[in-house]
Amino acid sequence: MTIIAENPIKSVAAPSQVQQKVIASLRKRHRKEKLFRSLGLSAVLISLALVALLFINIFAKGIPAFWQSAITLDIYFDPKIINVPQKPVQQADESDNDFRQRDLAWQNQVGFVNFNRLIADSLQKVLPDAAKHRRDLGRVVTSGERFALRDMVVADPSVIGQTHTLHLLTDANIDVWLKGNIDRSLPDNQQQLSPKMREWVQSLSEQGIIQNRFSLALFMNADSRSSLASAGLAGAFMGSFYMMLVVIVLAVPMGVAAAIYLEEFAPRNRLTDLVEVNINNLAAVPSIVFGLLGASVLIGWFNLPMSAPIVGGLVLSLMTLPTVIIATRSTLKAIPPSIRQAALGLGASKMQAIFHHVLPLAIPGILTGAILGVAQALGETAPLLLIGMKSFVASVPASPFDQATALPVQIYLWQGNELRNFFEARTSAAIIVLLMMMISLNGMAIWLRKKYEKRW
Amino acid sequence: MTNIAPLKIRAKDVKVFYGDNEALHGISMDVYQNEVISFIGPSGCGKSTFLRCMNRMNDTIENCRVTGSIALDGRDVYEPSLDVVQLRAQVGMVFQKPNPFPKSIYENIAYGPRLHGLAERKADLDDIVESSLRRAGLWNEVKDRLDQPGTGLSGGQQQRLCIARSIAVSPEVILMDEPCSALDPIATSIIEELIDELKQNFTIVIVTHNMQQAARVSDRTAFFHLGNLIEIGNTNDVFTNPQQKRTEDYITGRYG
Repeated sequence: MTIIAENPIKSVAAPSQVQQKVIASLRKRHRKEKLFRSLGLSAVLISLALVALLFINIFAKGIPAFWQSAITLDIYFDPKIINVPQKPVQQADESDNDFRQRDLAWQNQVGFVNFNRLIADSLQKVLPDAAKHRRDLGRVVTSGERFALRDMVVADPSVIGQTHTLHLLTDANIDVWLKGNIDRSLPDNQQQLSPKMREWVQSLSEQGIIQNRFSLALFMNADSRSSLASAGLAGAFMGSFYMMLVVIVLAVPMGVAAAIYLEEFAPRNRLTDLVEVNINNLAAVPSIVFGLLGASVLIGWFNLPMSAPIVGGLVLSLMTLPTVIIATRSTLKAIPPSIRQAALGLGASKMQAIFHHVLPLAIPGILTGAILGVAQALGETAPLLLIGMKSFVASVPASPFDQATALPVQIYLWQGNELRNFFEARTSAAIIVLLMMMISLNGMAIWLRKKYEKRW
Repeated sequence: MTNIAPLKIRAKDVKVFYGDNEALHGISMDVYQNEVISFIGPSGCGKSTFLRCMNRMNDTIENCRVTGSIALDGRDVYEPSLDVVQLRAQVGMVFQKPNPFPKSIYENIAYGPRLHGLAERKADLDDIVESSLRRAGLWNEVKDRLDQPGTGLSGGQQQRLCIARSIAVSPEVILMDEPCSALDPIATSIIEELIDELKQNFTIVIVTHNMQQAARVSDRTAFFHLGNLIEIGNTNDVFTNPQQKRTEDYITGRYG
């Protein structure tokens, strides 16, 4: 300031006042900028912290579910108990059909074998006082494991008469108790395991006969309410898989085609304006409304099966369609018009210009939009509740027309279950599986975008 | 020289409307074969709009309507029976901003011939690519990297690639819409030399903001102002002895 005051040219004094004002206002502007930046930064940090908290919580609860307590037993496939004839062999003069019938009849007989006795017998070897507590004895191994033994016999009848060392899943309550999720100081009448059972489990796990082992049950089996420890996600996974298949086959090509037509070919008039507004509206419709539509139109009028992935897929396709259209249109809009003009100027027809030059450039964006749409559909729950996909389905669907449930609905069902086995670990484990699928879908979208991205 | 050469394009009373707004108020002019004609005038005077009527690139703009007639070799380009694809194969275009396809140099040139089925065998296509690049003066610079992306070239090279791309389909007329406005002086002078060579085989219509460029490259010059054609004549005459006051004011830099 002093230098300016000493300046002999008087006119300089005027700008210095202006400068003062600028400096004063600058201070204010900088303060505002700092405030805004710190607000933004804290918003980011808070949301990151919340996401981290969510992930830590889910992983801490869910990861133990992938390890379940299993008991290591020497199972003697006693021929006296497995009293079945030889596995049929196809005769030279026998038709395929006849043989299959004979084989099925034989499998049926194997099914009647009391495999629980095999388990009980081998348990008695490790539990000396077992004979006095037959009720408890039958509850050590989860009930679904007898089918594992049956399947072994069906696959290879030569196991009969042999002894095999197997890891069998224990009952769900034993698993929960061993993981320490039940207060051990509670009185007997509030414990789910009898005193004898607790004594057995304690001693078996000290001997290392019961151990926590990585279990594929969660991935290999469908939901179950009789054999809680072996209840799994396979049914829900396949249900979701079929639905995504329907979405990819229907919503993606339809959405992309509609977007190309609307963006590149359709004349701009009231009708297309109306269509455009309604596509945007459709994207904002609450998803449960699509569920109502599916229930009344697809199931009510077209008599499609209830609880079937085909209906779920159709409903989710409707829901995903606007997402795909909007993403594709914005990608097409972002392709520089100079590319179109270059092609048109060379004598390409409009369609050639679009298919030879615009679409190849738009593909990464279109794929990203489509994958994000599919990921959104994968996580959708509400419309599926209304078309019956929240029923308990204990089998893995073989086609999109079979009854099934979906991953997010399975989470909802397990979370609502009263058994600790479900609402504690398995819910979180299912969430982890769903999140992993989402992350891999999003990762795929990013990878595709990076891979096919071209600069111009 | 002009009146001896055969007529290539004859425009009569061409008016262009964008919606209700009349952008060109009835332009009539002749373009002769193998000449270079340049359009000059201040921004928004309609010179580019008129240029784009000649290969119907205005069709791509919505609400754009053209009246009057533009005859190429005696046939109206706006005749309903004329296929615009055929027209654009005859009348090529080079744009203001170099716009190579984000593909290899080879693919950039080969796209047009392939589109129109000009080459039956790969060898024919290779020949077309080579001769087009040679005529655009780009061959020696790119012959070892034909598989590299065209977008990796420098601005001037990209523009020559675009010129090579348009001559690859053997057009009769090449329209150039301010082809040097995005280029540095050296690249510009290379393109100007190129235009001089190309006029042996093509009729060239060039829109430019640069009056020296118009004076250097063109045989005739047309001056546009506010949607009207003010003056057209031999380049020398227009620049040294303009007939109209407005032309004189513009070329002496009084406005524009």
